[in-house]
Amino acid sequence: MSEDKKAKKPIKKRNRAIMRSAILALLVFAIGYTIYNSVTAEDVEFLRTGDKAPDFVLKDMEGNQHKLSDYKGQGVFLNFWGTWCEPCVEEMPAMDRQYKEFEEQGVQVLAVNIAQSDFEVQSFVDRFKLSFPVVIDKSKSVMTAYNIRPLPTTILVNPEGEIERIVTGEMSEQDIKGFMEEIRPQ
Amino acid sequence: MENLQCKCGHINPPGTILCESCGRSLTEEEQNKKLADMRYEGTARRSQTYNKSIIDKIWNFFSSVKVGVSIIALLLVAAAVGTILPQAQYVNVPVRNDATIKAYYADVYGEIGKIYHFLGFHDLYGSIWFIVLVGMLAISLIVASLDRFVPLYRSLKNQRVLRHRSFMNKQRIYAEGDAPADAMQKAEGKLKELKYNVTVDKNGLLAEKGRFSRWGPYVNHIGLIIFLFGVMLRMMPGFYVDETLWIREGETRAIPEAPGYFLENENFTLETYTGEGEEAKFEEAIDRVGSVAKNYQTDIVLYEAPEESLPGATDEMEKVKEHAIQVNQPLKFDGYAVYQMDFRQNELRAMTFDLTNKETEESLGSLTVDLVNPEKSYDLGNDARVDLLGYYPDFSGFEDGEPQTETPIPNNPGFLVRMFTPETPEGEVSFIVIQNTIEPLGDNQYKLTFQGAETRDVSGLTIRKDKTLPILGLGGLIFMIGVAQGMYFNHRRFWIQQQADGSLIMAGHTNKNWFGLKKDLDQVSEHASLPPYTDQQEEIETQEKLKNQQKVEGDELS
Repeated sequence: MSEDKKAKKPIKKRNRAIMRSAILALLVFAIGYTIYNSVTAEDVEFLRTGDKAPDFVLKDMEGNQHKLSDYKGQGVFLNFWGTWCEPCVEEMPAMDRQYKEFEEQGVQVLAVNIAQSDFEVQSFVDRFKLSFPVVIDKSKSVMTAYNIRPLPTTILVNPEGEIERIVTGEMSEQDIKGFMEEIRPQ
Repeated sequence: MENLQCKCGHINPPGTILCESCGRSLTEEEQNKKLADMRYEGTARRSQTYNKSIIDKIWNFFSSVKVGVSIIALLLVAAAVGTILPQAQYVNVPVRNDATIKAYYADVYGEIGKIYHFLGFHDLYGSIWFIVLVGMLAISLIVASLDRFVPLYRSLKNQRVLRHRSFMNKQRIYAEGDAPADAMQKAEGKLKELKYNVTVDKNGLLAEKGRFSRWGPYVNHIGLIIFLFGVMLRMMPGFYVDETLWIREGETRAIPEAPGYFLENENFTLETYTGEGEEAKFEEAIDRVGSVAKNYQTDIVLYEAPEESLPGATDEMEKVKEHAIQVNQPLKFDGYAVYQMDFRQNELRAMTFDLTNKETEESLGSLTVDLVNPEKSYDLGNDARVDLLGYYPDFSGFEDGEPQTETPIPNNPGFLVRMFTPETPEGEVSFIVIQNTIEPLGDNQYKLTFQGAETRDVSGLTIRKDKTLPILGLGGLIFMIGVAQGMYFNHRRFWIQQQADGSLIMAGHTNKNWFGLKKDLDQVSEHASLPPYTDQQEEIETQEKLKNQQKVEGDELS
């Protein structure tokens, strides 16, 4: 009988080690996941690189509807901006120049204004003679869906409709060129 | 460590204090005690026996009650320190980001503020070390409970009726002596009447009641774990929403974190008490503080976009309901609640100007500029017209000759206009801000004179959703059940054995409320004529008291 018990001992010991390891691992995982969530909560909450870009539809200054999913197969350079935001104003002419370069290679620029009046946006478009479509997010629902905090924020959407990169803050013309090359269809 | 074999032949796991079978003391220390240590029934807490691999060491660390209590103490201290300076979410900075908040603590609170921010006290519940500490508490709760519950459960489930005499006479309640022959049967009957579960084995009986009271602490811990799980879920996207929405009268806005829902602010009202008539009782307070608010109210319309519609498409949305949000009367829909939290009054909405001749002060008509949606051109009739060339809602100065706006909010509207009159068909350019007119292209004949303004209010709403509330409630409920189970019920046991010579020995034990146990025993003793019992704990105490007294008297004598 005592031999029987001795034979059982290593099995029991192994079971105990597995059980304890499993419980501790599960709890450590839960803590790690909580920390991960708490750290990333400050960033763009739902959107991460590689996610599918949320579809939306907005009207431009001529009244044409622009639906993101209609641009599938093209790279979309999605720029959120406002006339009061200085860096947004700074990067607009460079964006326009690069758009003219990349338009035929399948890169679309959509400039999303955050809930300003038609008059202000139209004056802005006229002043910089912008050639890409400018749409106004009157109800801020696209801004909410993309969880845009600082302006300018640029979302680079690749031809597959996935987010390639999220850029916050001003971009140089060199940056813009590089980003457009990133999302250009091959 | 080796298994311990008791004199009765039973083999106990290493670390056992009282033999699982007969109850004999197994350690020397225990043998020398007058009363048996009945915590966890004298079973081996496994944490103290296996200490080999790293996993075992970690396990044993968390199994310690001392460690658990230390973690709780650390959490309490951290939470207390977190209240010394305001938390980041209540700090007032114009632009909210990590850098400005860091600067705020350094500027306002100096060196202490810097350290406070560096250590993460400014966002205590979000700081990594605090979450780790709470997590360690959860591990401690689970590990310590498992380590104690499993052996205790096993031991109580397998308890033997017949215990060794040395176990019996080390119980707090103990009796031995002669008794009538039918004492056992009578005691059994009475104990059953008192709702005890009685098991008889050969010459002994075990009477037991309220064993489930022993599980109280573990049920309580399960409640706490569920509660902590609920708190953890709050940090996951989609479970907990606490957002602010500033919405102007007349605006329609997407509700943050509530996809597909929109709010329109129809009107904001702030009412104050007049201090007259029925409200005369407020007169004193009004005199003292100026005005007393009676009502904050936002009349809203809730819209919902069809399921398949995309963000940005507001044409197809449908009205769900109208509601007047007041303090403590939120708008409720689909698990969300929208509360009235704040307001700003009198933001510019529209401005009215007269086009006047600077010399004669004769007016050619007036125009009203809607600041939310300005028009390109305003026709005043009689060949008079004003074209809007530029609109700057929050004019902040010129840069390279171009007017700048600081924000999109009309705090300080500036207008660049060209005025056409029959006298000046070419048009005159003028830049107008409040109380100032600039004529960049030389002297003009005409000017726009400010006549009046319309204003509107901005309502500050808070959007809340908390899917974790049922989980937190369940955790709290189980916690309370555990507390009641452990506190208001007692696990009482009696062991009675008939000796070969016909005399009885009897022992009693309870996890708490010894008074109640004795009351039960008194009834049984009287009914069955059991030998009188002693409370050995009390005896030890009185002996010690006596000893101390004698010592004091002896000291006095010498």
